[in-house]
Amino acid sequence: MKYAGRIVTPLTDKAVLSLRSGDKVLISGIIFTGRDAAHRRIADSIGGNRPLPFDLNGQVIYYVGPSPTPPGKTCGSAGPTTSGRMDPFTPLLLDLGLKGMIGKGTRSSEVIDSMVRNKAVYLGAVGGAAALISKSITRMETVAWPELGPEAVFRMRVEDFPVVVLIDAYGKNLYETGPRQYLRDPAGRPGEE
Amino acid sequence: MKEPREIDLSLVTEAVKGLLIKANISIGQDIYNALVHARDRVEESPVGKYVLDQIIRNHDIARSDQMPICQDTGMAVVFTDIGQEVVFRGGNLVQAINSGVEEAYREGFFRRSVVADPLFDRKNTGTNTPAVIHTRIVPGDRMTLLVTPKGFGSENMSALKMFTPAEGPEKVRDFIKETVAAAGPNPCPPTIVGVGIGGTVEAAAIMAKRATLYPIGRRNTDSRYAALEIESLAAVNDLGIGPGGLGGRVTCLDVHIDFAPGHIAGTPVVVNICCHASRHAEVTI
Repeated sequence: MKYAGRIVTPLTDKAVLSLRSGDKVLISGIIFTGRDAAHRRIADSIGGNRPLPFDLNGQVIYYVGPSPTPPGKTCGSAGPTTSGRMDPFTPLLLDLGLKGMIGKGTRSSEVIDSMVRNKAVYLGAVGGAAALISKSITRMETVAWPELGPEAVFRMRVEDFPVVVLIDAYGKNLYETGPRQYLRDPAGRPGEE
Repeated sequence: MKEPREIDLSLVTEAVKGLLIKANISIGQDIYNALVHARDRVEESPVGKYVLDQIIRNHDIARSDQMPICQDTGMAVVFTDIGQEVVFRGGNLVQAINSGVEEAYREGFFRRSVVADPLFDRKNTGTNTPAVIHTRIVPGDRMTLLVTPKGFGSENMSALKMFTPAEGPEKVRDFIKETVAAAGPNPCPPTIVGVGIGGTVEAAAIMAKRATLYPIGRRNTDSRYAALEIESLAAVNDLGIGPGGLGGRVTCLDVHIDFAPGHIAGTPVVVNICCHASRHAEVTI
């Protein structure tokens, strides 16, 4: 598989709309991390009209809880966590300008509808390739809620972070189209339910 | 009567620590070989080959840089078989195991992923303890420790079903397939599937967990169960989920089944899914 191209954050509508499900791309720039606990706090902040730790407009959130940074390294192992657990919060964030998400695993139809409406993209990093991915992270600092440990919000600078476009802004979903090509048993169900 | 054999618990702490550090950083050669075989010989999908290649490169980097294979360094599951002639000195076995876990996660820079209360406050214990410990008393004067850091991307996709005596092996195979289909991309395929059949609910679950740690290619010694393993593996790989769930031939590296005597009225079946990194290490003291 060849890389279809490079993208730079923050993401513009034009950049998002140029991406197609199945494209393999390299991301560079600033991304923010957030997983279960951070999403709950972001949603609570929005509900309580409190300021957010970062402006969501045009940004990319990476669903990750890195392992601790060993001495002499920029960060620990940092592979994606299962994105579906963030689904209840995601449409809210997309409505506030979030343009990209990096994770692994299926998303709800509510999230996909919101992605199409808001022109956003869902990118996949290889689950479990956490030491490899950490090589793409050139800087990392805590932005909010350090008491959450690995679940805090970190700001990461990444260079050529390898991802595959899983669901594009047109709603096309690689988790549906990919497995369908290799499904052998008509009674079996493909990966996406 | 035979003299008891003394084991100092500091040895147990050191062993657990060493095993967890090894397991989190360095994958077993059987799994590494299976991944290379899958990439070079089996997988047809370009994106599937790409995912397998990333996984293999990740193992190389983890080993050379002494980094955890995955940021989810799991809950520490410890299987220990203790010879009945063993006497422990120098403290408390459970504490000794947990000290080994705590030291491994601190010194290895592994993520602490354990919360003290699972439902209400979900506060991190900060040490990755307590471990989940399964103890068996066996004949002899030795002790074995088998540890596995279990990640939850795959644990979350596991399932239990109670079968009636009227239901045969085809139904069990279908249940395995349905569980893997429902899991889709979430457990980081290609997975290793452990199945426990028989006994009671908790016995089946422990068998299933142990089965995820068997070497790739190991077959049940009972030919009927071995055939069910092979059929289930083929059925699961027909799903087309593929590496990373992006489509392909290699959804699962192996299906391992264990069974135990059961009750006349029913058969629990537990399907425990492990991601492509079945991390484990074992030692005998």
